[in-house]
Amino acid sequence: MSNAQPAAGEMIVTDEVMIQLAGVNKWYGQFHVLKEIDLTVMKGERIVICGPSGSGKSTLIRCINRLEEHQRGKIMVDGVELTHDLKNIEKVRREVGMVFQHFNLFPHLTVLENLTLAPIWVKKVPKREAEETAMHYLNRVKIPEQAQKYPGQLSGGQQQRVAIARSLCMSPKVMLFDEPTSALDPEMIKEVLDVMIELAQSGMTMICVTHEMGFARTVANRVIFMDRGEIIEQNEPEEFFNNPQSDRTKLFLSQILHH
Amino acid sequence: MSDTSMEKVIPGNRPSLPPPVTESGVLGWMRHNLFSNWWDTLLTLAAIYILYLVIPPFLNWAVFDAIWQFSPEVVQDGKQPQFADCTAISSGACWIFVRARFWQFIFGFYPDEERWRVVLTFILLVGSVYGLLSQRVANKKPVAIFFFVIFPFLAFFLLHGGLGLPEVPTSRWGGIMLTLIIAGIGILFSLPLGILLALGRRSQLPIVHLLCVLFIEFARGVPLVTILFMANIMLPLFLPPQFEPDILLRILVGVTMFASAYMAEVIRGGLQALPKGQYEGAMAMGLGYWQMMRLVIMPQALRVAIPGIVNNFISLTQDTTLVAIVGLYDFLNIVRAGSRDSNWIGTEMEGYVFCAFVYWVFCFAMSRYSMHIERKLHTGHKRH
Ligand SMILES: Nc1ncnc2c1ncn2[C@@H]1O[C@H](COP(=O)(O)OP(=O)(O)O)[C@@H](O)[C@H]1O
Ligand SMILES: [Mg+2]
Repeated sequence: MSNAQPAAGEMIVTDEVMIQLAGVNKWYGQFHVLKEIDLTVMKGERIVICGPSGSGKSTLIRCINRLEEHQRGKIMVDGVELTHDLKNIEKVRREVGMVFQHFNLFPHLTVLENLTLAPIWVKKVPKREAEETAMHYLNRVKIPEQAQKYPGQLSGGQQQRVAIARSLCMSPKVMLFDEPTSALDPEMIKEVLDVMIELAQSGMTMICVTHEMGFARTVANRVIFMDRGEIIEQNEPEEFFNNPQSDRTKLFLSQILHH
Repeated sequence: MSDTSMEKVIPGNRPSLPPPVTESGVLGWMRHNLFSNWWDTLLTLAAIYILYLVIPPFLNWAVFDAIWQFSPEVVQDGKQPQFADCTAISSGACWIFVRARFWQFIFGFYPDEERWRVVLTFILLVGSVYGLLSQRVANKKPVAIFFFVIFPFLAFFLLHGGLGLPEVPTSRWGGIMLTLIIAGIGILFSLPLGILLALGRRSQLPIVHLLCVLFIEFARGVPLVTILFMANIMLPLFLPPQFEPDILLRILVGVTMFASAYMAEVIRGGLQALPKGQYEGAMAMGLGYWQMMRLVIMPQALRVAIPGIVNNFISLTQDTTLVAIVGLYDFLNIVRAGSRDSNWIGTEMEGYVFCAFVYWVFCFAMSRYSMHIERKLHTGHKRH
């Protein structure tokens, strides 16, 4: 067995529930995009979601911070239920960080200002302190020298690392990743995955939509396969990749592993 | 073999050469842009001929043959100058007219001994706007507080009177002063109102959305002249008789309504240029609606909308001339009134050229300033 990276089991998973989805359904008009989703995520757990394009992966994780609204079922995040109550929604968003495929950095602000915006305005952290925290996280994603630049002056990989640091500045309890590497040039994927692996090792609860199977093997406790709005199967990574149960999973894996 | 030919053959060692020089200099530019084919050449020659027909006579009239001042004999023993004195000397422009009426063109019928109040207001205005926009002023907070909280009251008491200053009714305001007041207030209020209307129009709340759409489409669908007439004649009908607002106030309300509807549409365009990801990025970090709009969305949308916003400022400045229709003596109207004076009959041409020049200076300055801002913002963040 190789032991360059700690195996998934070595990272602590508690028996405290962090996120719970029960019977979640969502429609876009007539289109039933999420069907009876049940999912429990423990504190410290790292989950990878994969599945064909259009299967509802993004929609699912966007429901967790209410960027999308579910119509039936129940979503609890750290003991707070997501309803129309704006107070609860903002509370959940403060505790859930999200990293997008296209970074969604604010182009009119410098990297440092991107990182301090939410701490200053949402958490009312003094500016000086917010900047110290920001520099700490920029160091962690290994680009402290870019602090005064604008996002447009950075490479894709650097922008995505800034986006990760931006979320971390809010000290979230959960991090959601929606295909964080799929808009990147191949040579930049590794630098972003390295940051994510390090984050996983620090004990962060993570849900990642990604097709990076190496990443899934390294850090995931569980891999979930979605198709047409349903969770088709879920398992530990080794089991999932070596011994997929359903035909759809097998087909999907053969497609992404042999392309 | 020489060194240079060696360099040419070894791949990876090719030097960077300057681009080939085919056409350069003024002649190259002219050949490229003015005479590149027979049709271009024809158009260029026609344009030159038209300029030749128009420009020399105009310059003769406006500058070379123009009369800028009278010799002392003409105006001796306190005689009022008049247009006939000009025509007696030359067929050029009689700029004496503008000189004789100059202060009236600026202040309208504002009493001579009170004009310092207008000048002081103007200096305070220019000073605080400079403080707000200049990069040399680091701490903008006191300037902003002065400008948005103290200045409006100060300006009102200075211009209108009260607090020990003699009252000058708005019916005596006029000229460039009035034009700037109407344009300035229109600009100042239409921007925030336009932002609110644009946000309202994109709101998820049906009532807010409907009200904003109704307002915008009404104000845009009706000519400004109609709005001014309505503000002047109809507004009093809806209000109790003892509360009859000042005519200038009514006009200001009308102009601001009209301008904010246009502003709303320009800003909505800016909002639509932003990708959805900007909203999602802001929301995902827990920013509330107003924080998101103020810190993330509006700064970007307004940047995109700057050309349209300044365009609106410019049209608004020019549209202020329409207030003549309800009997206000704005700059254009007071100049026209001046050339109808029995001493100055026949000076319409001078009046209009002078007006055109002044409006052009104002609007051109705004246009250049907007280009300057755009360039500055552009160098800030290059891509995206
Ligand atoms: N705002 C929307 N309105 C209507 N349909 C949508 C919307 N967003 C996504 N969809 C549809 O929902 C389905 C699932 O989308 P998504 O969650 O983005 O899939 P995935 O991330 O797995 O590729 C897709 O068929 C997509 O076309
Ligand atoms: Mg997706």
